[in-house]
Amino acid sequence: MKWDEFFVTGEPMIYGAMASIVLASLAIVVGLTYFKKWGYLWREWLTTVDHKKIGIMYIIAALLMLFRGGMDGLLMRAQLAVPENGLLDAQHYNEIFTTHGLIMILFMAMPFVIGLMNVVVPLQIGARDVAFPRLNAVSFWLFFAGAMLLNISFVIGGSPDAGWTAYFPLASIELSPTVGNNYYSIALQIAGIGTLLTSVNFLVTILKMRAPGMKLMRMPMFTWSVLITNVIILFAFPVLTVSLALMMFDRMFGAQFFTMANGGMDMLWANLFWVWGHPEVYIVILPAFGIYSEIISTFSRKNLYGYKSMVYSMVVISLLSFLVWAHHFYTMGHGVTVNGFFSISTMAIAVPTGVKIFNWLFTLRKGKIEFTTPMLYSLAFIPIFTIGGVTGVMLAMASADYQYHNTMFLVAHFHYVLIPGTVFAVLAGFYYWFPKMFGFRLNDRQGKRAFWLIAVSFNVTFLPLFFLGLKGMTRRTYTYSAETGFGPLNMIASIGAIGLALGFVYLVYNIYWSFRYAKRDTTNDPWDARTLEWSIPSPVPEYNFALIPKVNGLDPFWESKKTGQPLTEGEYEEIHMPNNSGQPFILGMIFMAFGFCMVFSWWVPSIIFGIGIVIMLAVRSFERDHGRHISVKEIRETEQRLRGEQS
Amino acid sequence: MKRKGLLLAGFSALLVLLTGCNSLAVLNPKGPVAKTQSEVIIFSMIVMALILLVVYVLYVVIISKYRASKAAPDYEPPHEEGNWLLEMIWIVIPIIIVTVLSVVTVRSTSAVEKVPAGYEDQKPLVIYASSSDWKWHFSYPEEGIETVNYVNIPVNRPVEFRLYSFSAITSFWVPQLGGQKYAMSDMVNTLNLVAEHQGSFVGKNSNFSGKGFSQMEFEVLAMSDKEYAEWIKDVKNTASELTEEEFNTLLETNFVGRKTYTSTHLDFRPAPEGENAGHDHGGSTDSESNSDSEMDHSEMDHSNMDMDHSTDNTTNGN
Ligand code: HEM
Ligand SMILES: [Cu+2]
Ligand SMILES: [Cu+2]
Repeated sequence: MKWDEFFVTGEPMIYGAMASIVLASLAIVVGLTYFKKWGYLWREWLTTVDHKKIGIMYIIAALLMLFRGGMDGLLMRAQLAVPENGLLDAQHYNEIFTTHGLIMILFMAMPFVIGLMNVVVPLQIGARDVAFPRLNAVSFWLFFAGAMLLNISFVIGGSPDAGWTAYFPLASIELSPTVGNNYYSIALQIAGIGTLLTSVNFLVTILKMRAPGMKLMRMPMFTWSVLITNVIILFAFPVLTVSLALMMFDRMFGAQFFTMANGGMDMLWANLFWVWGHPEVYIVILPAFGIYSEIISTFSRKNLYGYKSMVYSMVVISLLSFLVWAHHFYTMGHGVTVNGFFSISTMAIAVPTGVKIFNWLFTLRKGKIEFTTPMLYSLAFIPIFTIGGVTGVMLAMASADYQYHNTMFLVAHFHYVLIPGTVFAVLAGFYYWFPKMFGFRLNDRQGKRAFWLIAVSFNVTFLPLFFLGLKGMTRRTYTYSAETGFGPLNMIASIGAIGLALGFVYLVYNIYWSFRYAKRDTTNDPWDARTLEWSIPSPVPEYNFALIPKVNGLDPFWESKKTGQPLTEGEYEEIHMPNNSGQPFILGMIFMAFGFCMVFSWWVPSIIFGIGIVIMLAVRSFERDHGRHISVKEIRETEQRLRGEQS
Repeated sequence: MKRKGLLLAGFSALLVLLTGCNSLAVLNPKGPVAKTQSEVIIFSMIVMALILLVVYVLYVVIISKYRASKAAPDYEPPHEEGNWLLEMIWIVIPIIIVTVLSVVTVRSTSAVEKVPAGYEDQKPLVIYASSSDWKWHFSYPEEGIETVNYVNIPVNRPVEFRLYSFSAITSFWVPQLGGQKYAMSDMVNTLNLVAEHQGSFVGKNSNFSGKGFSQMEFEVLAMSDKEYAEWIKDVKNTASELTEEEFNTLLETNFVGRKTYTSTHLDFRPAPEGENAGHDHGGSTDSESNSDSEMDHSEMDHSNMDMDHSTDNTTNGN
């Protein structure tokens, strides 16, 4: 292999990217050395098994990916702004929309959600930790390895270019001969294993580690949504694992599961992909529903309306989400019966979703609504997401979908669902739980300005696409002629995208500003909230709860504030905590090296790294590590310090 | 609120557009299939607009009425568990709406899968439309001619397009005549269309199929029976034969302009149907031709499907 095959060459933009990657890495290395932070980084972050820190690392990674994916989005919008634009060529555009979709869904939305759930869920259920702390770190580093692999494909070897759906035979070695789609199969596989482990971890945590008295029907709505989400992951991700493995066999070992000849079935891939892919959109949407439920109830100072029907509707949604996958290819020639079944099951999802919308509205009714930044995102979610929802019903009608399928109408629809649904939710959750993570609030005025910029620009960007779809503009097209008349609406959309970008930049400025200047608050409950995580100090000590709370109803913290009944009783006792470990990080790095060599079919190093993985697992299973104990004295001091009391 | 004003403006614009704007190809149908689809779309838009209206009115009223800045300082929001009756209402009404939409969907889907109503007694004109990287081949077995990147059809006559692909999955779409369907390498899909107006319509591939995807457009020219007959005669007199060699060259060239031939590739490279089929989807299609493709998978015979060209095809093209 020659160097110019290995590195992607010939494009100024890619040289720019390479240069900035090298510069950024250098800056990090130099900075860490200069400030003598290597030890700190290793001790406090790379080896941590603390669910809150792991959650924060997920969130930082997700924010970075939001910018990477957002850059891709901006580039695409720049290319489409005017007819016959020469900014990007077809190959480059194809790589960009593929990585944009992959990164946004798998390496931004999902990890952001997983990050919040790492930070919040153990706190909401009154637990000291997750069920398997070290496994949790393994999950993170596997996700991280997958994300990095996909990102370096941009400069080394070339990005995947067959769409995030990677339909066969297009994604086969014959029609996509570069290593791009090898990256797809391997990077997603590694990250996906991490996600599956997370799911097991959190299912056990939620089912086994709730504080005494917290029955299932007393769990906060966010925890409920995470529970259901993890059930979906548990059933959906094995499908992805298998499909990606088959893809790898096809591309790298000459198997023919999905090829055009020798009995391979292209539509087998489409079916497998969407059997995972449709539930996947609920994996990123359901936790968002949970986040909104917490925030809307907190800032209207009311309990959640229709708690039970909220839970049941999530259960129904999760079941239905496995019965609708074929709505992604009505046009594959299934005939009326099959398409009819999938139409009806898809539209049925609108019913439980509608229940949730009305319950939120009725939670607000008779409330005392405060317009904080997290609340603004939650309030904006309702009208915008409803547009996403009703256009989803329109797409569900098979005969009509024959006209929308693969057009900008679809692109508009799913952005109308994913951005107000997931992106607004994780931002809202980020603003909401930020004080729990760091001990101070993000500046509200700046936050609101960023919100308005983002919310307005979002509509300017994506509303025109509905009309472009009806005009006949297909998705994934890198250029169009002036006669089509697609020009003006595309221009409007691109202007909106600039506004969106500015909004996100302002949001980052908001974070930066607040870290430097925001007033630190010593209260543990800045929003006057309702659930258990607000009863403990911010930032939360590593053991979370010095004393485990007793729960005898919904919103236990709120009840205890109202009635004056303390949540906890008894004396401090020694707390047992797990030790930090460098193994998860090292395992993740070996996985990354293994994946990288696999992508290029370098078998010898692949086998060596593969053996390395097995050795790591063997080492772990013979290891004796009983963790350590935190003494009563240390707990007392920590609690006093964090609660701002004098000792 | 600025944002909401924008949304409302957007959606009222939508409603205005529905009633007559000709620039939305999908809502400006020129044949019965697209017409059915456009009616379904407009009907669903009206229903959806009503739903949006309900949600938006509730939303605006609640948000403006219950803001903290307007409430008395000592106001304590009540504890509300929910209300059985209200929750039943917003479960049952959506179920009714979804039921209505389901009936409309199933009916219209079965309508657009069949030969359009009123044209059942005519013998459809069969045209094989196949895609390769990155062009469209149209074979007229009855007339014994083949075109590339354009297709002429007689007006007011049902046309049965039989779709397949020599390479990646593509989707055959003529928005003004009807919704799309996939063309795949291992099976033949059927799409029935009728043009009720003469004129030229844009057709395209709408399923991403690689580098040349954006260029995969073709013209559909709907003409009177007389013009059509003349065109056929003209082709027979002037065009040349499509040899296997010529066809292979076509397949291997990434982009070609319009071409016309006096024979079809079906003779030496039959479509993946009948005994050449990889499989079919088991969906119920009414056309007779599909029934003979329902064969046992164990008997799959791919000897006729020489797919190797796709390999050289892409490697050359880069
Ligand atoms: C930040 C602003 C964003 C902009 C400007 C943007 C823009 C775009 C554009 C222009 C396309 C391609 C349209 C085409 O050529 O077919 C696209 C596709 C897509 N976007 Fe976004 N997007 C944004 C955010 C997001 C987010 C937050 C998500 C998910 C959470 C997302 C998920 C997707 C997906 C899945 C695709 C399809 C990719 C494919 O076709 O393979 N986008 N986006
Ligand atoms: Cu879906
Ligand atoms: Cu098929």
